[in-house]
Amino acid sequence: MAPAAPRTGDAVFASVERVNAELFTLTYGAIVRQLLTDLEEVDEVNKQLDQMGYNIGVRLIDEFLAKSNISRCVDFKETAEVIAKVGFKIFLGVTATVTNWDAEGTSCSLVLEENPLVDFVELPDTCQGLYYCNILSGVIRGALEMVSMKTEVTWVRDILHGDDACELRVKLVKQIPEEYPYKDDD
Amino acid sequence: MAREVAESCVDAVVIEMVSAFCDRFYSAEPELAARRIEAIGYQVGHQLVERYTVDCPRFTDHLEAIKFICKDFWSELFKKQIDNLKTNHRGTFVLQDNMFRWITRISPSPVPESKNESPTPSEDNQLAQATSMHLYFPCGIIRGALTNLGIPCAVSADISHRPACK
Repeated sequence: MAPAAPRTGDAVFASVERVNAELFTLTYGAIVRQLLTDLEEVDEVNKQLDQMGYNIGVRLIDEFLAKSNISRCVDFKETAEVIAKVGFKIFLGVTATVTNWDAEGTSCSLVLEENPLVDFVELPDTCQGLYYCNILSGVIRGALEMVSMKTEVTWVRDILHGDDACELRVKLVKQIPEEYPYKDDD
Repeated sequence: MAREVAESCVDAVVIEMVSAFCDRFYSAEPELAARRIEAIGYQVGHQLVERYTVDCPRFTDHLEAIKFICKDFWSELFKKQIDNLKTNHRGTFVLQDNMFRWITRISPSPVPESKNESPTPSEDNQLAQATSMHLYFPCGIIRGALTNLGIPCAVSADISHRPACK
């Protein structure tokens, strides 16, 4: 029998190569800063951060599956729990809480009390429309798309805008049926 | 205990940053992309060195500061020290890392299957260019760190042997 998939990412996080979070936090901050200078429009920065996240998520899902030993989730509820407890833990070393399910079980909130991305960060008044952590929503969207789930991820609360936690709303738009790119006789 | 994140987070963000600037924002102007990437590194180095020198006494000369970069600073970033430090005693320092983490996993983008075994010069050139784009970020980090230590400088990088299978 296959070993049971872990319900937390603690053991995996303890075993992967880790670095001081400051390097990560400051690097991300410097990138956002450069994008703000170059692109000027806050909306455009949001879009590009999301796009960068998406590209990362598309690749990161492989690493996630390889390291976490997670197999297919039975439903979207389990998927959300896995992202919150295992996904965030393995990469960022923090966990999220899943709450606020809608009646259909297709959208929920991921609440991050702790978020290494926002350490040292203060937003100036000119950046009030900036979703600073938009890369995270892109990562989740990209990663889920690779496992046949089309989602929309939006920000509800943000520590940098004065809220007490970061809250991401994840909505399952549709399950993409798996299509095999080859025929039997190929 | 200091907060930690998986190393792959840093890799993912740095790789995506380089590709965003080179392939999307400034695909037609590699020099501009390079300048932006270096500027991001400068910012990071400038801030990091401040945090890492909190408990250090003031450096008395350039060599002391360079040694700090080679040992403590490099260890914080890459969990190893610089392997070799050379100087011409006229203000030029050469720092050599024989196992630089950020380029060990770079491989050429897959090219259509070609019949010949060895890479053509143009493929080789392309790989060299892609790799060098990834070096502007660490160069910027070193320049930012040294500048903040009171040593304005220029930093460039050279690769003598790219990672390869033998």
